[in-house]
Amino acid sequence: MGRITLDKVTKRFGDVEVIPPLDLTIEDGEFVVFVGPSGCGKSTLLRLIAGLEDVSSGEIRIDGQPATDLPPAKRGLAMVFQSYALYPHMSVRKNIAFPMKMAGVPQEEQNRRIESAAAALNLTDYLDRRPGQLSGGQRQRVAIGRAIVREPAAFLFDEPLSNLDAALRVGMRLEISELHNRLATTMIYVTHDQVEAMTMADKIVVLRAGHIEQVGSPLELYRNPRNLFVAGFIGSPKMNFANGGAASEHDAATIGIRPEHITVSADSGTWRGKVGVAEHLGSDTFFHVHDTGLAETVTVRADGEVGLRHGDTVFLTPQADKIHRFDDKGLRIQ
Amino acid sequence: MARAVSTRRKIGFTIAAWAVGLAIFFPILWTILTSFKTEAEAISSPPSFLFFDWTLENYTTVQERSNYFRHFWNSVVISLGSTLLGLLIAIPAAWSMAFVPGKRTKDVLMWMLSTKMLPPVGVLIPIYLIFRDVGLLDTKTGLVIVLTLINLPIIVWMLYTYFKEIPGEILEAARMDGASLRNEIIHVLTPMAVPGIASTLLLNVILAWNEAFWTLNLTAAKSAPLTAFIASYSSPEGLFYAKLSAASTMAIAPILILGWFSQKQLVRGLTFGAVK
Repeated sequence: MGRITLDKVTKRFGDVEVIPPLDLTIEDGEFVVFVGPSGCGKSTLLRLIAGLEDVSSGEIRIDGQPATDLPPAKRGLAMVFQSYALYPHMSVRKNIAFPMKMAGVPQEEQNRRIESAAAALNLTDYLDRRPGQLSGGQRQRVAIGRAIVREPAAFLFDEPLSNLDAALRVGMRLEISELHNRLATTMIYVTHDQVEAMTMADKIVVLRAGHIEQVGSPLELYRNPRNLFVAGFIGSPKMNFANGGAASEHDAATIGIRPEHITVSADSGTWRGKVGVAEHLGSDTFFHVHDTGLAETVTVRADGEVGLRHGDTVFLTPQADKIHRFDDKGLRIQ
Repeated sequence: MARAVSTRRKIGFTIAAWAVGLAIFFPILWTILTSFKTEAEAISSPPSFLFFDWTLENYTTVQERSNYFRHFWNSVVISLGSTLLGLLIAIPAAWSMAFVPGKRTKDVLMWMLSTKMLPPVGVLIPIYLIFRDVGLLDTKTGLVIVLTLINLPIIVWMLYTYFKEIPGEILEAARMDGASLRNEIIHVLTPMAVPGIASTLLLNVILAWNEAFWTLNLTAAKSAPLTAFIASYSSPEGLFYAKLSAASTMAIAPILILGWFSQKQLVRGLTFGAVK
């Protein structure tokens, strides 16, 4: 079981309130991603749940039991750190065994769990090595192994893939998702990378300055961002925004349209502009279109094979049913 | 790209490095050689290098005139005692400053280091008078106390630097893994800190062993360590170069041997956290 409830939790460092009163419920078995720009309080929130930081006020409950004043070890949670935080003087086997040793698990049971974790994480051949002799991806797998063997109520991941190179990151992302499907244990995952959030989460919690901006499934956030911040943060490339005349036509202070919801034409359309930089990804091409009369450069997603060149004139038409409207406070107009 | 170094440059640098190394070692070598000469040969001009009548006479004389082993024992007690006492105080201090720093931690560290900037002679009279009044003059206890205080800032600084290198996340991981504070210290912190503590211990034993200002000024005969033993042969009226050299050789030999066997630890200690 791993249902975690935060009730009016706040965190203050001296006079600075980094987490204003915050309520959140994480259901058993859910994969929840905390996402937001750096300094938004997502890591602090995770550390509050872990017990590595004390809450300033409010209550944390794990499976209905008050956990606010429990030390980290008593909460039944396992954490995977950005820096892996392996014990450098212990072999991989001893690293993985450490939490079981602390819990007094019998030796045979320890061995059984180590073997099964090592097999699941492709670490069997490395059990007698030291962390210093492993690559970044292997180290991260050891850290995950150390978390798995505890059979925790929930896993906490603090930006676990930030130190890996891009290719490895995609691989590990899949491994963690698969692990979640297999174990069906609650996972809380902190990242600043919205792609990781979109691809892995059952539920995304978007944070800004300690506030929860929106909670929802990836597609809910993509389709119905509650405000300008979420609209701009979720989705890659970023949503295009326009205000002034273009927005008032739709009775809004600001409108937003995603790059993939704009139709490109060579001869007619709503906005006329000049093609600037084109980013060819093979499957898609992202055009940056200038001089459209809108305040910002418009990013457009087109087919990989579109034959537009730098300086060409193009016409852009937003798909009417995909236009997001926001009022003067930046909130979504339904 | 690695910088290309020509063979000639390499040879040049090797020769230069050996020359500097030998120049630094030369006084010690000369002391050792002189200790095997007669007094007459020791002051002969031009001095003889290796071809002289080797004799052990100085060593026997020195041992007859003064009790080497008593001084040796005093040195051992004073240097080890002050180092262990210092570590006992410094480990918790450095620990708390490295892992639970407060607003003033940096200032406290600077303040401790600043005590090393005062010339010791500036506090000689007050300390001498205090020692006289409380009866610590010419006692090993007194020297252990004074050397502990003298070297404490360095011990704290070194340990602080080592502890700082231990990433806080590893300690947090241990806490998440269910380790109590005791287990965290035994299974995680100590194994990671041992090399640092060992280097600090070694370096400090050497510093305390060679410390001469306080040991000379605060002792007479009873508790005098090897530094005082050497000094007793540099009397203003006599030319006892050979005996002085024999005494010096006997005084530095133990620490030289210790240093030789712990070179690796020492280099780590001396570069203190500069190189990982």
